[in-house]
Amino acid sequence: MEQVLGVFTYIGSMLSQMSEGIVNSLLIFAMTLLFSLPLGLLVAFGRMSRFKTVSLLFKFYISVMRGTPLMLQIILIYFGPYYLFRISPAQDALIPIIIAFVLNYAAYFAEIYRGGIESIVKGQYEAANVLGLSKPHTFIRIILPQVIKRILPAVTNEVITLVKDTSLAQILLHEEMFNLANVIAARECTIAPLLVAGLFYYLFNLLVAFVMGRIEKKLNYYQ
Amino acid sequence: MNLLEVRHLQKAFGDNAVLRDISFEVHQGSVVAIIGPSGSGKSTLLRCMTMLETADSGEIDYGKLRMLRPLGNGRSAYADKATLKEIKKQFGLVFQNFNLFPHMSVLSNLIEAPVHVLGIKKDEAIAYARELLEKVGLSDKEAAYPCELSGGQQQRVAIARALAMKPNILFFDEPTSALDPELTGEILKVIRALAEENMTMVIVTHEMKFAHDVSDHVIFMDGGVIIEQGDPREVIDNPQNKRTQAFLSRITEA
Repeated sequence: MEQVLGVFTYIGSMLSQMSEGIVNSLLIFAMTLLFSLPLGLLVAFGRMSRFKTVSLLFKFYISVMRGTPLMLQIILIYFGPYYLFRISPAQDALIPIIIAFVLNYAAYFAEIYRGGIESIVKGQYEAANVLGLSKPHTFIRIILPQVIKRILPAVTNEVITLVKDTSLAQILLHEEMFNLANVIAARECTIAPLLVAGLFYYLFNLLVAFVMGRIEKKLNYYQ
Repeated sequence: MNLLEVRHLQKAFGDNAVLRDISFEVHQGSVVAIIGPSGSGKSTLLRCMTMLETADSGEIDYGKLRMLRPLGNGRSAYADKATLKEIKKQFGLVFQNFNLFPHMSVLSNLIEAPVHVLGIKKDEAIAYARELLEKVGLSDKEAAYPCELSGGQQQRVAIARALAMKPNILFFDEPTSALDPELTGEILKVIRALAEENMTMVIVTHEMKFAHDVSDHVIFMDGGVIIEQGDPREVIDNPQNKRTQAFLSRITEA
């Protein structure tokens, strides 16, 4: 009993030492979702544009974002302004990091949206058209709800990856959870903080899977 | 009075001329059946009249509203957006594949357009939707979702959805073709009932007996042209043209 209690106290003290890092990781996670989900929809529209130049431009954007490491993108966005315009890098790296995450994840979400939108049969648009529903109305009320249901499993995948990707922020951010775990592990010569960090990611993703599963279930009222 | 007049309508997909000089009229209260082999242009004609396809040239008038008018140089021009919007309120279309909105209940399917396009108050739209559901025999299904209904029931909902917009003309694009044979009867029954109420309808169909019994006017199309049109007792029972005769004998043999 005492031993079990000891383990929990130990984990507790680890977490409290990492608390600043945890807050930053959560912040990166939440802000990335908040901005990349809507931005992804805009990118998807650009990618599906009737205008060849626009669609090519967004296709290129997506291919670069998906084709290069997120860590590289984080570094470029942080240091880029300095090398290009000699603007000294921001003191707080958090905002450039979030911008990099948002730009990167928007590209992935855009392709998921595009797949979903293109999977809706033409008949849905035609039925709405004949009924006189406007194009924005058709998209928001008829198409998008069906798209969301279809893309939910793919979005869940991305969100889970995002939870783990937040560890990449340590390249610029000392107060990042995984980095702090590493620091404590080196200082105290134990692997335990890394296991605690692993447990944190795992439990967080369990929660993500649970919440997304609930949403999926809620949308299961039709096929 | 003519609710719809189509004159010299032409439509090609690339080099493939699908409609070649189509002319006909639809009188108020009449039921027009369009028959013919597949690929004859029947569905394209319906899609041109309902603005799902853009015609190349010719003339389409909905009463006083001119949808497509000839420019005099062999081309035609569509009316301005406001007029086209007004024309869209004139007709309804029932699709072969129903195309109900799967994420909405039956009742929501019926009131979505009346509320948001016609600006009818929600409770009035619901009251009228319930009236229509009773008419098509689905009063107990207003809370159901399309996936919970049989094909025949879905198509009856689709008919009710089109009627909810109070159209002057109702178009049907092969309304029974996607249904199991034993389910076609319930759709034809609904259309028959509408005909008895003098609903103006244009029906693309393969159901020859139905076309014969219900329509006032039959149009036989083949190869993008109207080969023969007139009273069903003449066109179907006593066709003059060889192509009509060949088509009808193929159908009755099968």
